[in-house]
Amino acid sequence: MTDTALHPSAFDAHHHDDHAHHGGDHKPAFFQRWFMSTNHKDIGTLYLIFAIFAGVVGGAISGLMRAELAHPGIQYLTTWATFIHQTPQSLDESLHFWNVLITAHGLIMVFFMVMPAMIGGFGNWFVPLMIGAPDMAFPRMNNISFWLLVPSMILLFSSPFFGGAGTGWTVYAPLSTQETGPSVDMAILALHLAGASSILGAINFITTIFNMRAPGMTLHKMPLFVWSVLVTAFLLLLALPVLAAAITMLLTDRNFHTTFFDPAGGGDPILYQHLFWFFGHPEVYIMILPGFGIVSQVISTFSRKPVFGYLGMAYAMVAIGVVGFVVWAHHMFTTGLSVDVKMYFTAATMVIAVPTGIKIFSWIATMWGGSLSFKTPMMWAIGFIFMFTVGGVTGVVLANGGVDDNMQDTYYVVAHFHYVLSLGAVFSLFAGFYYWFPKMSGRMLNEALGQLHFWVFFVGVNILFFPMHFLGLQSMQRRVPDYTPALEHWNTIATYGYMIMAASMAVFFVNLFWSLFAGRKAGDNPWGDGATTLEWTLSSPPPYHQFETLPVID
Amino acid sequence: MRMMGLKSIVLAVGLAMAGVGHAAPQAPATPAAATASTTPATAPAAAKPAAAAPTDPMLAMDGAPAMLPTPGIGMPVAGEIGLQPQVTKTGERALGFHNYILVPVITVISLFVLALLLWVMFRYRAKANPVPSKTSHNTFIEIVWTGVPVIILALIAAPSIGLLAQQYKPAPDGAVTLKAIGNQWYWSYQYPDNGGFEITANMLKEKGEGQPGERTRTDADGPKLLAADNRVVLPVGVPIRLLTTSVDVIHSWSIPAFWIKLDAVPGRVNETSFTIEKEGVYYGVCSELCGMRHGFMPITVEAVKPEIFAAWVKAKGGTMPSAKPAAAAPAVETNTAEIANTAGPVENTTSAAPAINQAAAAGNAGQ
Repeated sequence: MTDTALHPSAFDAHHHDDHAHHGGDHKPAFFQRWFMSTNHKDIGTLYLIFAIFAGVVGGAISGLMRAELAHPGIQYLTTWATFIHQTPQSLDESLHFWNVLITAHGLIMVFFMVMPAMIGGFGNWFVPLMIGAPDMAFPRMNNISFWLLVPSMILLFSSPFFGGAGTGWTVYAPLSTQETGPSVDMAILALHLAGASSILGAINFITTIFNMRAPGMTLHKMPLFVWSVLVTAFLLLLALPVLAAAITMLLTDRNFHTTFFDPAGGGDPILYQHLFWFFGHPEVYIMILPGFGIVSQVISTFSRKPVFGYLGMAYAMVAIGVVGFVVWAHHMFTTGLSVDVKMYFTAATMVIAVPTGIKIFSWIATMWGGSLSFKTPMMWAIGFIFMFTVGGVTGVVLANGGVDDNMQDTYYVVAHFHYVLSLGAVFSLFAGFYYWFPKMSGRMLNEALGQLHFWVFFVGVNILFFPMHFLGLQSMQRRVPDYTPALEHWNTIATYGYMIMAASMAVFFVNLFWSLFAGRKAGDNPWGDGATTLEWTLSSPPPYHQFETLPVID
Repeated sequence: MRMMGLKSIVLAVGLAMAGVGHAAPQAPATPAAATASTTPATAPAAAKPAAAAPTDPMLAMDGAPAMLPTPGIGMPVAGEIGLQPQVTKTGERALGFHNYILVPVITVISLFVLALLLWVMFRYRAKANPVPSKTSHNTFIEIVWTGVPVIILALIAAPSIGLLAQQYKPAPDGAVTLKAIGNQWYWSYQYPDNGGFEITANMLKEKGEGQPGERTRTDADGPKLLAADNRVVLPVGVPIRLLTTSVDVIHSWSIPAFWIKLDAVPGRVNETSFTIEKEGVYYGVCSELCGMRHGFMPITVEAVKPEIFAAWVKAKGGTMPSAKPAAAAPAVETNTAEIANTAGPVENTTSAAPAINQAAAAGNAGQ
């Protein structure tokens, strides 16, 4: 791998020369372009399409769950389970199908929606553009990163037809080692493929960012989105191999009679949880850090101000990444940890609130003194700041090991992580989508429909998730299709919230398809002088191969 | 497990009636009947003692339970937005910590961020501020918003650590030991210090569900999905040492009104302790995904006066430790073998060593 293009001396020959190369736009034929692609923008587009598809499926599954949970009793589960299996299903089999639904929802949203959209989609599209690179460092590895996800998704999506994995996305042993049938193995292999895909992607991003920045773009001049992807890539690189180890042990426990997690053979079910959460906690930062980056770009653009406290923002992400590796057992506060361990993980977890607070206040300070225009991406970004704050402070509550003796595994936890993910990560994804759609497609999204989408979604998800705090405090446990009638009130309201949210998504898709074909043409930079990063110096959409002459940053 | 239930019924039936110190006059005490009769035979609580042996004052095996649940206590309440009232000291402390420290702090922080956002959105909208400032650094303010959260978190951490220390105080000598064993999908319970009896708690089905003749839930049993056919009976005012383990997958034993949630892990015995301050019936649910009927293995605890507890234990065929508390020491399971068969290591924790460090007890069992 001694590509001379990676050598810094290669850059010296080039000079700052914007818009010099709009020619040379030789796109390959359809099959070659989309199925054998080595172009970071095309692969990014594939990732985004993949993520949108997965998001629709994962969102539809949550619709099924909210429908069943709207009222106490088992209403629809048996019908759905029977429909999937095409043979009449008993109540127990229907209850298992519920666990299949929650498992699928979690895995799809984490591995097939948020991660591909953030890292594979926006990361692929905009990291090279923002650092002034012609492409990713390893274009063919980029291709396999995406195409590993497809068989991974096929494995996971077909597993329900072989019984279905009803283990939860955490796949805890010994529940996962005792479940019969091939479904859990399929889910494990799906995770393996998705993990391998992410590790390859992470290597690609790290190499690209370290070696292919345009002349003059030092690390401390990189846009914060690139910083966020860099930190995320390191988290992926360090965390996913641990997941791979854990689920490989699950696989051999299930199929080859090893006993890593079986006490009867000297194993330990809690060991699995330590391994899983050593991956699982960094994973939640993997899902949110690129969102931090997107929000930083959007806030800065629509405030027409540089990001406040740039270095603090960048190193806050580094700090979150580092500390994120030493807090995992706060997911395990009720497993019988010793008091010292619980005290440590309580304190360590709280520490994360400090760099997170720095980010929140720095975003507000970026807006302070700015000249704000409330375009759709800005609305999503501001919504993100507030919703992420709400999800963050309930995280401080849950950080207390003593409090978890009540709240562990309740809907309070569900509310917390949906506030940081479904309202945090997803808001930042929409911010990024509305912000960069003109760059990617060359056309503007409809502003009125975008605002409508934002407001209806904002109201919907809050009605959907805020009551879950109350349900959790009142002790409703996670992962059940039925509940005692006293809990009906807030559950019904949450289901109404889902309906509102779903309606807003209809607006989004109308806007998306209408704009794709009939949207107003976007110029190179539709957002004005606040948009200072390199992607806005290119045409919309950018040329098939950009920066043939490297830009120089002063 | 069904077998154990039957055994208890037989035991109860074999015993004559004697409502020893029965203090729940509102509830009809039903003499245990060999058949699963649903007719509530209404023997008054203070029935005259028979010669042979006391009966089961809770009569939990069949017939109506002795104590009625108090609405709103130990169970969720419709439309409620806060935590359940607590009936243990640690629970009250934790509830206070949550309600008077955590909730105000997080509410103020959230509203502060919201207010800042709204102010900035209003004051610096493009129309009001057409020319943006170029400020991008202010060391002082950055130190403030790093330092102030550190102070707030330290102020939260101090009581939080104190709460943890209190929760981990090991149960003293003379505590009643309850061993909760998770099964797919019911709980079984042993009282290792009180002889070898075991009870099994299945969820009560609704009227019209289940087998004909099977006992179904009534309002006296408690709310739907929360009422178990056999209640765990525990004394009030006496420290309880809770041990949890499992014979199959991980379950979690939880009573929100006690602020207790402890995973039941195969191959391990976890330990915690609490003291119930108020008589009553308290409900909880399995709190770790354990398979298809995860949502249908409730936990029902009936907290009674110690003398009623003693009578109940006798009725179950168990024994109370003799006068001196040290008698609680030989707490070795009568049926550890049964656990060991499926779950491996033998329990080696608990009250055998009075000053045992609870943390060690929780950790070493499965190693």
